[in-house]
Order: sequence, then C-alpha cells, then structure tokens
Amino acid sequence: MLATALSRRAAVGVNANALRSLSTWANVVAGPPDPILGVTEAFKADQDPRKINLGVGAYRDGNGKPYVLPSVKKAEEILTASKPDKEYLPITGLAEFTKRAALLAYGADSAPLKDGAISITQSISGTGALRIGGEFLARHYPHSKAIYLPVPSWGNHTPIFADSGLEVRGYRYFDKKTVGLDFEGLKADLRAAPEQSIVLLHACAHNPTGVDPTQAQWAEISDIVKERKLFPFFDMAYQGFASGDTARDAFALRHFVAEGHQVALAQSFAKNMGLYGERVGAFSLVTADPAEKARVDSQLKIVIRPMYSNPPVHGALIANTILGDKALYTQWEGEVKGMADRIISMREKLYNALTHDLKTPGEWGHIKSQIGMFSFTGLTPDHTKVLAQKAHVYMTSNGRISMAGLNDSNIDYFAESVNAAVKGNL
Amino acid sequence: MSAETWQDVPLAPPDSIFQLTASYKADTFEKKVNLGVGAYRDDDNKPWVLPVVQKASELILKDTSLDHEYLPITGLASYTTAAAKLILGASSPAIQEQRTVSVQTISGTGANHLGALFLSRFYKWNGAPQVYLSKPTWANHHAIFKNVGIEPVDYPYYDPKTIGLDFDGFIGSLQNAPERSVFLLHACAHNPTGVDPTEEQWKGVADVMLAKKHYAFFDCAYQGFASGDLDKDAWAVRYFVDRGVALLVCQSFAKNAGLYGERVGALHVVPPSKEAAERVKSQLSVLQRSEISNPPTYGARVVSLILNDGILFEEWKADIRTMAGRIIAMRKELFRLLTEELHTPGNWEHIINQIGMFSFTGINAGQSKQLVEEAHVYLTGNGRISMAGLNTKNIRYFAESLDKVVRG
Repeated sequence: MLATALSRRAAVGVNANALRSLSTWANVVAGPPDPILGVTEAFKADQDPRKINLGVGAYRDGNGKPYVLPSVKKAEEILTASKPDKEYLPITGLAEFTKRAALLAYGADSAPLKDGAISITQSISGTGALRIGGEFLARHYPHSKAIYLPVPSWGNHTPIFADSGLEVRGYRYFDKKTVGLDFEGLKADLRAAPEQSIVLLHACAHNPTGVDPTQAQWAEISDIVKERKLFPFFDMAYQGFASGDTARDAFALRHFVAEGHQVALAQSFAKNMGLYGERVGAFSLVTADPAEKARVDSQLKIVIRPMYSNPPVHGALIANTILGDKALYTQWEGEVKGMADRIISMREKLYNALTHDLKTPGEWGHIKSQIGMFSFTGLTPDHTKVLAQKAHVYMTSNGRISMAGLNDSNIDYFAESVNAAVKGNL
Repeated sequence: MSAETWQDVPLAPPDSIFQLTASYKADTFEKKVNLGVGAYRDDDNKPWVLPVVQKASELILKDTSLDHEYLPITGLASYTTAAAKLILGASSPAIQEQRTVSVQTISGTGANHLGALFLSRFYKWNGAPQVYLSKPTWANHHAIFKNVGIEPVDYPYYDPKTIGLDFDGFIGSLQNAPERSVFLLHACAHNPTGVDPTEEQWKGVADVMLAKKHYAFFDCAYQGFASGDLDKDAWAVRYFVDRGVALLVCQSFAKNAGLYGERVGALHVVPPSKEAAERVKSQLSVLQRSEISNPPTYGARVVSLILNDGILFEEWKADIRTMAGRIIAMRKELFRLLTEELHTPGNWEHIINQIGMFSFTGINAGQSKQLVEEAHVYLTGNGRISMAGLNTKNIRYFAESLDKVVRG
C-alpha cells in the first residue's frame, strides 16, 4: 500500500524533501494510556459474561445500565420542543445557568452571592472548571504557585494543575492503616505549608477514597486555612450525590465562605445530573465586590477565549431547564437522592457479605463509612491485577471501586472474587 | 484570606467583536444593520437552524438507546471518521494508509488550540517557536498561538491596493522563512478578507512549502459554505495531502452546519506513517485529558447522523447551498447597486470575487466608524462586513450608506 501511495505521490510531482518530512514526528514518544479511562477499554475488550466494570465513576442503575435521569429526559423534551437556536453562548456561558449553579452551590443565604461578588463562568464540566481555575491562579494569584492536593487525589488533578503552570505538592489525607482520614497528618501538613499556598479540597465524597472529614473536622480545617492564609480551591463533583442532600453536601464550601474565606470552586453536573458527556460545569471565585468581580470576569474570558472561545450550549440548557423549574427541580432532587440511596444500600450489602457471610480477612467497616461513588477497598495493585485477569473484575490499580457498578445481580460474585483475591485463592 | 486577594487583577479589554454586537443590541435605531459577527442569518435576519439539523435533533431525542455517557477522550468515533473523510476525501492517501489522527474538539477554536499546543510540545522547531499568520487573519489566531508560547509572525496576504491577494509577498515570505517554518493557511473563504488563492496559486504555495520543508497548519471553518460545494472547498487541503506536504487540519461545523454554540469541531493531524499516527494520537489524548477530559456529545451526534446517512447528507448539502446561495446573491446585488444604480466611486469587483461569509470592503477605519456612528451600520474597524447580515430588506440601505461614506 505504501508503494502504491509513493508512486501515486511521485506521479503528482512529490519532492524528495516531502519524504524527509517522515522525520516531523520522529521524536514523539507514545503517551501512556489514561489509567482511569483505560480500565473501561480493558473491560470492553473482555468477553467473559461475568465481567464487572468498577472503573470509571459513572452511575449505573440496579440493572447495571447507564441511567438517564427522568428529569433530564423531561427537560430535553421541553427543550427540543422549544426549538432553540444554536447561536454562540457568551464566553462565560449561559448566564441563567451559571446564576443558578452558583445558587445551588453557595446557597441563597451566601453573603458574596447576595452582594453580587461571585465571578462565575460555565466550563467544560469539572475538568474544564479545574483547568480554568488552574490557569487563572497561575496567572493572577499573587502569593504562590504551589497547590497542595490530598494524597491520594483524583489522578487527573496533577496534570491539570501542572499543565496550568502550578507546582503540585501533597498533604496527607488517607490513612492506609485505618482506611480512614489521617486527620493529624492533614493538619500538620497544612500548618507546615508555606503561607498563602493554594490548597485543593474535595467538597464531599472524596475521590478516590470516599473518606470525608466530619463537619467538626471541616471547621478545624477552616481555622488552619485561616491561620496559614491558605487559598482554598474546592472541587465539588458530587453535590447531592454523596449524602442525597444538596445542601448537606455543600456544607464545607458554605462553611468556608461564611467564615470569610475567598474560595475558588469547580462544579460538575456530570454525576448529579447524569450529564457526563454533555460536559456541564462551572468555575467560580469569591471576590471582594462587584467591581472586582467584573475585573475577574474579564480575565477569565482571556483564559477561555484562546482555548475554546465559548462553551457548549446543549447540556447547559438542560441543566438550566431543571434548575429553573420548581417541579423539575424537586423531581431532580428526588432522583439524586435515589442514586445516593442505591449506592448506600450497596455499601451495606457489600459490608455484610464480606464481614458476615464470607468472613473475609481484614476490617471492612470503611465500606460503610466511606461516602459517595467510590470506595478505597484497601486492595493492593497485585490484587486488582489478578481480579482483572482471573475474575474479570475491573477497577483502578489503587483499589478504588465505583460502588455504582455494583448491583443485586453482581454483588455476590464481586464479594466472592474479593474474598478469593484476599485469601490468595484466585 | 483577606479581601485583597484579587485586588491587582487588571480589567482586560473586552473582545472587540462581542462588544460590537452588544452596541448593536443596545441601538434603538430602526434601520440598524449588524454586519459584525460571522454567524449566518436568513433573509429575515434570523438565526437559521438548518432543517437537516432540526431533523437530526428530533431523531436523537426519539432514540431511547442513547444516553449521556462520556465519549472517549478523542471523541465520537463515528463522527471523527466521517469528519476526516469529509475534509480529506474518502480516497485520500492519508485515510487509505490509516495515518490520519482525528480528535473531536471544541469547534474550530478548540482544534486550533489543540493543534497549536501539540506543535508547541512536539514540533522540531528551527529556532524559537513561531507561526506565520496571514496579514490579516482571524483575530483569535494571534491569541491562540501566543497562549501556548508560539510567537505569531505576519506573512503578506491582503493587498489593499488591489483589494486582492498579494501573491508575490506571500510566496516571498514562504521562501524567506527559515526551513521547517509553520504557516497557517485558510483552507477556503479567508477570514476576514474573503480573498482566496486560485488553484494555480495554491500549487505555487505547495511547491515552496515542499522545497522549504514547511509545515501547513490548515484552518477550515467554511467547507461548503464558501462555494456551496463541499469538495470544491476542500481542494487546497486535499491537494497538499496528495503532494505530501506535512500538515494538520482544523475543522469546524459551526458555520456549515449552523451548530455554532454546540461546539463541534475536529483536529486531523496527518503524519507520514500509521505508526507515527498512533504515537501522535496518544499524545493528543494526554493533552486533551488535562484540559477537558473528553468532548461534548450532543453536537457530534448530530453531525455524525448527518454525515453517515445518505439521505440526511444530501439534505445537508442542499441546506449548505441555500446558505451559500443566499450570500452569493447578496454579493451580486450589492455589486449591482453600487455599480449600476448608485455609481459609487471605486472598483467594487472584489465584492463578487471574494468568497464566503466575509468581505473586506476596502473602506478605511474612519469610514467604518462613520458607518457605525452615522448610519447605525455595525462592522469591524478594518472594513470587514459579514455578508450574512445583509438581506433583501436592508441591502439598499446599506449600499446607500456605504456610498455616502465613500463619497465623504
């Protein structure tokens, strides 16, 4: 085929130099496959009927199927019937949507919200919000280029912030021994961080561990952040999804704002509205006053315009339709609670299966105490490897499972496979 | 956490095009005309959702098998494959030899950005990273490249004396640039001038690019929209692929499918081998992952449906001809009014020779300002008009207003 192509090109007068352009990308090495999205690739390739995908964090219903929220379906019908045009959104997105997104996150009583001091832009879901935030901080945060991430954190946080031009560091978070929060380590590391460093905080349902601070612990963290003048950057990808209650899941964010912190917030509607692929999110900053908000707005636009000009409209219209309609909003809240409840029931079941039925070695209480989509099982990379190869059970190599991938039909097989892996019998 | 965190953030200047639109919206003058932003309008000056797009949207809504799951990092495969065929041609050696890397992007801007970012990381620069941009070019090109650390350099393109192409200047720049320079080329319907090279001229450009081992960064935002014919508008890109010029193509469905706000685009990189394509794809994925993770589903589904269904594809072509046809009719009518009725001083051939959404009228900044302030006709200071803003109801008013400022 190459010979024919070359002779064809010779026929149209190809200069020998063109072939030397074979060297243009000679120095490009193969990039690594994405560790999270790569799990789904491996799962898809597997033909075994018992296979389970506990990799990527996308909700599945009780039948293991993707779940299009009925409120979303309804919103789409209303939307399509209204025959919207496809005109460009402003750089910062659909204004009605971002206004409502801010209200959902910060709450109606939020002082900066009422003062018109929150600068907000629509973003390409949570990833886009984090990236806009990273770029903005790298350019305009005057005091530091260092951002502290909990250890561990979502894998993509590191490249997002590094590529934005920030220096990524870590603070202790997960305690392997207790399979819970290393609160003393967290406090010590935040106290030791240089003043005015940036600190990334998972607002709720920590990814990948599922371990969240208690409200009392959040209050302590807020005090330390104040003490060290750290800049809090909240990543909230699971509001409503964690406890089933959107206000409750926003506690940490709202507490910090009430305490006077000027925060940054990355918000995603991928999980709580099931809008994953439509890429619906928002990035916001608490500023001092409307005049400062206007200046910050103008600089956010400077970040966004040369990257992608303006965000996609379809998903934002769906989210806006739901948030703006009382009945749909209430319906949506119920559906979010439904998803959260199913996950909580799977946690219960898995805990009971491992502890009472199979008597699997180890302590499994963390399965129940952890919150949200993910659970850090405590399984080792070797365990996860053998689980994939022998049991056709897929999860990321750090032992994180997406609870949403479990259901009544596969939970027993999963528990048995874990049991066998831990005992070394797989 | 004191309130002074953002106190030093300076106010950035607003985007000039969006500001123009804002001024237009605020204007209460009855006969106001908006010739600013490049979005198609129908003869009633309304946004036009293509009938085929409306049809596709309804099909998507009815399809109960569709969910909102994440797309792969590089996007919807049925979309990117079809999009590559559309611009490169199904029989292209790039496609036959499986060495096209296609990534779904946030429309044309996203493709330009990803392409620029990829070059900034992996291109074997001959000296400091630079990109040659036509003088003039779409304003955002400058910002896109600067943003990733590539310094823009102008190459001669538009000749204000002829209101046409400065071909000698263009070729001279290609010849004088250091070997392996990167040149941004508008595939068709040059923005903002509407001045395109002829096929002969494109051949001349390709000759020099091969001799100098330059890299072609094609930006194709108007395929089909320029002449009304998809294949004709893709000629330059396909010719360059056939000649073996190293290249990438940025593709947008904002205009030709009227999907502006849905952000449907693609980046196609064409390395010399399938093996290189695999490596390039893996690195593009890494870059995409740390910015957006994966691209938006909706618009890609609409375009995929249209491109992969024989009937819908024909309907789309007809809708494109409607848009391109109306614009060509406006060009002819404006030319007629200026030359046959008003006898406006000057040569107005460029109105019918230029191609696509925009026309560089040839008037200066002062005259453009006058048009805005006195006639409530909104256009950019470089004399660029969006032909799509003209219609049978306002074209006479525009012609008369233009005539007035030309006469002084």
